[in-house]
Amino acid sequence: MSEFPTKAKVVVIGAGIVGNCLVGHLARLGWKDIVLLDKGPLPNPGGSTGHASNFIFPVDHNKEMALLGEQSANQYRDLDLSVDSGGIEVARTEERMDELDRRMTSAKAWGIEAHLLSPAEVKELVPFINDDVILGGFYCPTVSVVDSLETGTVMRKEAIETAGCQVFANTEVLDVVTSEQPGGITQVEAVVTDKGRIEAEYVVIACGVWSNRIANMAGATIPLAPVVHQMADVGPMDILAETNNEIGYPIVRDMDTFCYERQSSGSMEVGSYGHRAIIHHPDTIPSNEEAALSPTEMPFTPDDFDDQMETAIELMDMLGDAEIKYAINGLLSLTPDGMPCLGETTEVRNLWSAAAVWVKEGPGMAQVVAEWMTYGYPRVIDVHGADIARFYDGERSEDHIWSRADESFIKTYGIVHPSEQWGGQRNIDVGPYFSRQEDLDAMFFQARTWERPQWYGANADLVDRYDLKEREVEWDNRWWSPITVGEHLNLRENCGLVDLSAFQIYTLEGEGAVEYADYLAVNKVDVPVGRSIYTPWLNQDGGFHSDLTMMRLAEDKVAIVTGVFDGGRDSFWVNRHMPTDGSVKFTNLTHKITTLGLWGPNAPATLAQLTDHDLTQEGSSYGSIVEVDIAGLPCRIFRISYVGDTGWEIYTDWDNGPALWDALMTAGADLGIRATGGGVYGSSGRIEKGYRLMGAELESEYNPLEAGLARPKVKAADFIGKEAYLAAREKGEPEVAMCTLTVEDLADSQGRSRYPQGGNEPILTAAGERIVDSHGRASRVTSAGYGPSVGKHLLMAYLPTELAVPGTDLQVMYMNEMYPVKVGSTGSVFDPEDSRLKS
Amino acid sequence: MRLLVCVKRVPAPGARINITADEQDVDAAHLGFTTSPHEECALEEAVQIVENHGGEVTVLTLGPAEAEEQLRYAASVGAHHFVLLPVTEVDWDPQRTASALTKAIQDLEQGNEPFDLVLFGNESADSGGFQVGVRVAQALSRPIVNGIKGMEIGEGTVTARREIDGGFEVYEMPTPAILGIKEGINLPRYPTMKGRLASKKAEVEVNEPTSEQGGQTRIKLHRPEEKVSETVILGNGPEAAPAVVDLLEELGVL
Repeated sequence: MSEFPTKAKVVVIGAGIVGNCLVGHLARLGWKDIVLLDKGPLPNPGGSTGHASNFIFPVDHNKEMALLGEQSANQYRDLDLSVDSGGIEVARTEERMDELDRRMTSAKAWGIEAHLLSPAEVKELVPFINDDVILGGFYCPTVSVVDSLETGTVMRKEAIETAGCQVFANTEVLDVVTSEQPGGITQVEAVVTDKGRIEAEYVVIACGVWSNRIANMAGATIPLAPVVHQMADVGPMDILAETNNEIGYPIVRDMDTFCYERQSSGSMEVGSYGHRAIIHHPDTIPSNEEAALSPTEMPFTPDDFDDQMETAIELMDMLGDAEIKYAINGLLSLTPDGMPCLGETTEVRNLWSAAAVWVKEGPGMAQVVAEWMTYGYPRVIDVHGADIARFYDGERSEDHIWSRADESFIKTYGIVHPSEQWGGQRNIDVGPYFSRQEDLDAMFFQARTWERPQWYGANADLVDRYDLKEREVEWDNRWWSPITVGEHLNLRENCGLVDLSAFQIYTLEGEGAVEYADYLAVNKVDVPVGRSIYTPWLNQDGGFHSDLTMMRLAEDKVAIVTGVFDGGRDSFWVNRHMPTDGSVKFTNLTHKITTLGLWGPNAPATLAQLTDHDLTQEGSSYGSIVEVDIAGLPCRIFRISYVGDTGWEIYTDWDNGPALWDALMTAGADLGIRATGGGVYGSSGRIEKGYRLMGAELESEYNPLEAGLARPKVKAADFIGKEAYLAAREKGEPEVAMCTLTVEDLADSQGRSRYPQGGNEPILTAAGERIVDSHGRASRVTSAGYGPSVGKHLLMAYLPTELAVPGTDLQVMYMNEMYPVKVGSTGSVFDPEDSRLKS
Repeated sequence: MRLLVCVKRVPAPGARINITADEQDVDAAHLGFTTSPHEECALEEAVQIVENHGGEVTVLTLGPAEAEEQLRYAASVGAHHFVLLPVTEVDWDPQRTASALTKAIQDLEQGNEPFDLVLFGNESADSGGFQVGVRVAQALSRPIVNGIKGMEIGEGTVTARREIDGGFEVYEMPTPAILGIKEGINLPRYPTMKGRLASKKAEVEVNEPTSEQGGQTRIKLHRPEEKVSETVILGNGPEAAPAVVDLLEELGVL
């Protein structure tokens, strides 16, 4: 054994699938001086990898999970440590059959072979299944079974051989030490273990269920909870033994009972996500010595599994007479939003998280983190949904993590609507108008910790006024209301008041503020005081990191206003690149300033009643910021629109918010003002105008040219991603363009009108072929919503330039059916000249 | 045949056993619980006897209320009747335990024929006192042999074998008799899924134990120092061969 090192470039804590693959990928990217630690023995140190069921179902509705799952499956295949067993998700209910149609759609989106099977066809593949209890199945031939322990071993060996990686098993981390650096930066300094202390430039936490505990040692957080997933190995059974194979039959996921059956040689592993949520604190997980099996194979609690056994026997009668040879409460990681925790921790520089990753995504996500550490951003795909910086403080408390894990466990095999709202942990952050909105019977949607009205029940009369209807199919109608269409039409006819309190508002202040702001943004921030800019922020590779508004408030002060889904990532980005000379002060004003949006043809007349300021385009031009008193309250009015009608974002002190709301609602009462929800602001109004949304249309895989957001010229000042951006511009016409498409016929095969939800539905050629560019990026729906003012259901998608021509006929797949669509525009399908904005 | 198997709920083997701060009990925080392995074999033997000769198996345990789990486990592998003698104090010495079991057996036999066989595990996996079966046998005036690794049922007799160095001792006893069963006599079955589900419906008779005070008092529990074994790597691949030969010679194997 090599001598225990006192210094290393990078220490990776945790030798499960993630830590092992991470050192392998770091080695491939040229890293040297790597140390890998684990408190357990190798090759199975006792974490979740050791008891994983090791299968990968490649179809997921979520793009990051699907593509990194596929990426991982391919890495296992490349090492020849994978077998394509095939897998079937079976349905016992009609609702699940609809979900399987949705799975077929996602399979098409990601280019994964899949078939819908009748019960008899399922039985042909799985002869011991009881086809009387199922309605059908979703068969995916490339479902694979992998050897995660051996893969870890191979990757670790690669790192040892090519990069001299030093590996220390049975080495427990006792502390992660940080130091204070200039500019108020807390940076990781060393890892203290029971074998000694290692000074390290980088430390990566890849400790699965223990990750938060290790992060806490450094004052950082990795919001995940160790949650029990029960499984039992039952057998032997002749029909399985006769295959003479580890896996001879497709894996069956009995989705409606939240259970799976996976052959393991002569036995069947029955696993469950259907029992009560059983959550353990990391401090209560036994040590390797204290555990009878392994720390994450906890004693089985049979009472929790009994219902699952009954349903398993119902599906496969032979299981009833099989002996339960091994059963565990296996621990795995769940996060508050179901996505992994990847990236540098926000609290401690150079302390990275590669956690809440399952075997099915392990190698791909390890590659993501390795690339991120190497290039400043992962190149495989965009991972904004897995970026650990996405979490706000309110999402990092144990109470929140536990509660969300408790609620989400049952969703593992659940049918989760794209707009599904959480039941618990609500009202963490509410705007100052909350009680008024409750009085208006607001339907709140939660955006991270923030409550935002999606529509207002009090506007139900608009449904009659505009003769609106519920949607025909419950799924399309779920988490939706025709009131939102009424609010849209009223805004276009009169005006609407939109609560934008969830805006994340920051300021950069100081002698270096403008220069730094310009370094972050593609577009020129050094504009006259009182002007704003809408600008992308790029990553080092020239893809979108963010897309937001910056305001020149003073010679030495710039405000940053970004969306609630991106505040965590954006504020981290600002801090991460901040000059350390003290020339810039970064302040979060989110809870101090509230914002209301007032838009519609009657917006000027409404506002004019409350201020003497000139509200014409002369006194308040588009893009300008003016300090004015409104109803005697000091406000900043910003002439801008995200909905396509003239109006303002009005900023005021948080405490003045209620008075401002009341004044505007009173002033607009005779002008048709209505409280208007996010269904208009974020969806119908936005999509009619083709406004791009970060995280939907805008991702790191796309650049401003492709998104249609490139300005004619590039500013002289340097900015992050400039080199890559210039290189992309030099290539000439981009390969793809963002388009708005109209659905030309909503009728499905049963004659019902259907409304694609914007969940990555594939855009296909008239012949039904997938459309994929040379980078492998598939055309898919990034946002969808009904456009009441154009009378069409609208979709946004990137299309190859040759197809991005208005009038081009294509198709969209939704719930496994095809609907004709037409390219509407690369800009706005509603008021393309922006005449309403300038009125 | 009427068989009785006495079982004990013990921590599942394999884990390091921690002791509570007051040193009076094992810390159950990380522990799973199981039936003592020798008793699992006794139970399996009883179930097999009934499968071959007919009859019923009763399972008796003295332990915490949670020991019902071990009775249901017995139900899931084929036992028929279940009696729990619930206790709350942890300090039950073998003498007191034996007196409670004796009384319980007498109660169960009241108005019935005596059990043809009462099976104990050779010793419990946790305290390993080796006493309870012997004490019960003496109290009931029945013959007992311990360390049993084989048995055959005759007409009013049982023939039992136990291992000794280089062979077996074979005993023939009239029934009713008592045997201390040792692991290895059989390979206990696992419960089937159907068995597990059926066991939930099993009726467990709960009788308050009556006992005489034992003569032994627990002062405290103490965990012995862990033995640290040292691993010496003799080398890798064929180059390691000479060192292996040297070691084998040193050990007298070669």
